[in-house]
Amino acid sequence: MAASEIDRMIQLLARLPGLGPRSARRAALALIVKRESLLRPLGEALLRAAEAIRPCSVCGNLDDRDPCAVCRDPERDGHVICVVEEVGDLWAIERSGAFRGRYHVLGGTLSALDGRGPEQLKVGRLLERTAAPEVSEVILALGATVDGQTTAHYVAERLEPLGVSITRLAQGLPVGGELDYLDDGTLSAAFRLRRPA
Amino acid sequence: MLEWSDEAIVLEARPHGESGAVVSLLTERHGRHAGFVRGGQGRQMRPVLQPGNAVSARWSARLAEHIGNLTLELTGAHAATVMDDRARLAALASAAALCERALPERAPHPATYHGVLALIAALAGDATSGAHWREVYVQWELLLLRDLGYGLDLARCAAGGANDQLAYVSPRTGRAVSLAAGEPYAERLLPLPGFLVGRGGGGDAEVAQGLQITEYFLAKNVFEPQNRDLPSARKRLTQILGLGTA
Repeated sequence: MAASEIDRMIQLLARLPGLGPRSARRAALALIVKRESLLRPLGEALLRAAEAIRPCSVCGNLDDRDPCAVCRDPERDGHVICVVEEVGDLWAIERSGAFRGRYHVLGGTLSALDGRGPEQLKVGRLLERTAAPEVSEVILALGATVDGQTTAHYVAERLEPLGVSITRLAQGLPVGGELDYLDDGTLSAAFRLRRPA
Repeated sequence: MLEWSDEAIVLEARPHGESGAVVSLLTERHGRHAGFVRGGQGRQMRPVLQPGNAVSARWSARLAEHIGNLTLELTGAHAATVMDDRARLAALASAAALCERALPERAPHPATYHGVLALIAALAGDATSGAHWREVYVQWELLLLRDLGYGLDLARCAAGGANDQLAYVSPRTGRAVSLAAGEPYAERLLPLPGFLVGRGGGGDAEVAQGLQITEYFLAKNVFEPQNRDLPSARKRLTQILGLGTA
C-alpha cells in the first residue's frame, strides 16, 4: 500500500515541467523525509490553491480572488491595456516592473496548423474592455513568432475601428547581447527598426 | 544508420516532450520530411524553427520508418523579414500550411521547393523587387497544383476558340476557355486573369481572380478528397487581401 502511494506520488511529480522520473523520485523522497515541515504544508497549500485559484473574469490572469490583484489595484493605469498570450507572459512583465497598466490574457495564438482560430481566443472580451472610454492605448505584447505576429496583426485589425492607439513591443538587441551571438532574425529586425542615436 | 543532408524550409514545429520538437521541413531532394529536434523548444532553436526559415538539415535514423533526428542550421531568417507586414506574413504562413497539408511525406517535390524559395524572395523584396509578390503567390499555388498532378491547362482553349483571347477556366476540367466560346456559360466559369496567360501586369482584381481559381482547385482536388477544409492560414490570406471572406 505504502509503496503504491509513493509510486503514484512519483508519477505525478514526474509530470511537472523540469522533472523526470529520477528527479521526481528524489523530490518524493525529500518530501517524505521532511513530512511535517514540507510534505504536509505543501499538500495543504496545493489543496487550497486547487480550491481558490481561478482565472480573473476581467483579464484572464490567475489569482485566488476575482477580479485579480492587478485588476483591483487602483494605482494601475486604466488607460493602457497590455495584451499577452498566456499568464506566464503577464507574470514575466510584472517581474520586470516595466509596465503599470492593465492586462488582457488572450489564451494563446492563432495557429493554422493546430486549428486554433479567433473563436478560441478571448478577443471579444478585449474589444469590450477597449471600448470603455478611459482606454486610450492597447499594447500588443505577443511573441516574435509567425503565430504570435499573425495574432498581433489580427487583434490590431479588430481594434482599429475603436480608434485607440495600438502599439507593439520593439524587437532588437537584448540587454547584454553581443552581435556575434545574435540570431539572424533578431539582427535583421534590429537593423530594420534602428533609431536615431 | 540512415543519413542525409539537404537544404530545407521549415514548415512546422510541434512541441514534443519537455524540450524537443517534431519539425516538418520541405527539403530540396527529400520532399516534406519530419524529424525530431533536440532542444527544439529551447531559446536557441525556437527562432530557427519559425515557418518559412531556410535551414541546412541533417537527418539520421536507424530505420527508414523511424521519425529520426534532425540537426538544423539556420541559413535564412525569412520569417523575421516579413513579420511587420500582415499581408506578406499571411502569405508566408499560407504557403507553409499548404505545403504541410498538401504534400505527401518523403516524396521529392523540387519544383515546389524552388517555388517557395522564389516566393520568399518576392515577399522579402523591396518596393521594386517585391512589388508583385501577390502575383508570384498565385503563380506558386498554380505550381503546387501542377506538382501534385492537378495542373491547369491555361495554354489553349478547351472549346476550340481563339487562344489569344483566353478569358475563363472551366471548373470541371481546369482548362482555359476563350472569351467567345465561354460567354454563354460565363456564370459557370471561373474568370481567368490576364497575368496568368502573359497579358497584363496583375493588380487587385486579377490577383483576386487568380486566388479564386487556385482556391477552387486546391479545395476540389487536394483537400476535399482528404475530407479537410482549406488551411485557415490560406483563408486568412484571402481575407487580408480584401478579396473575400474567411
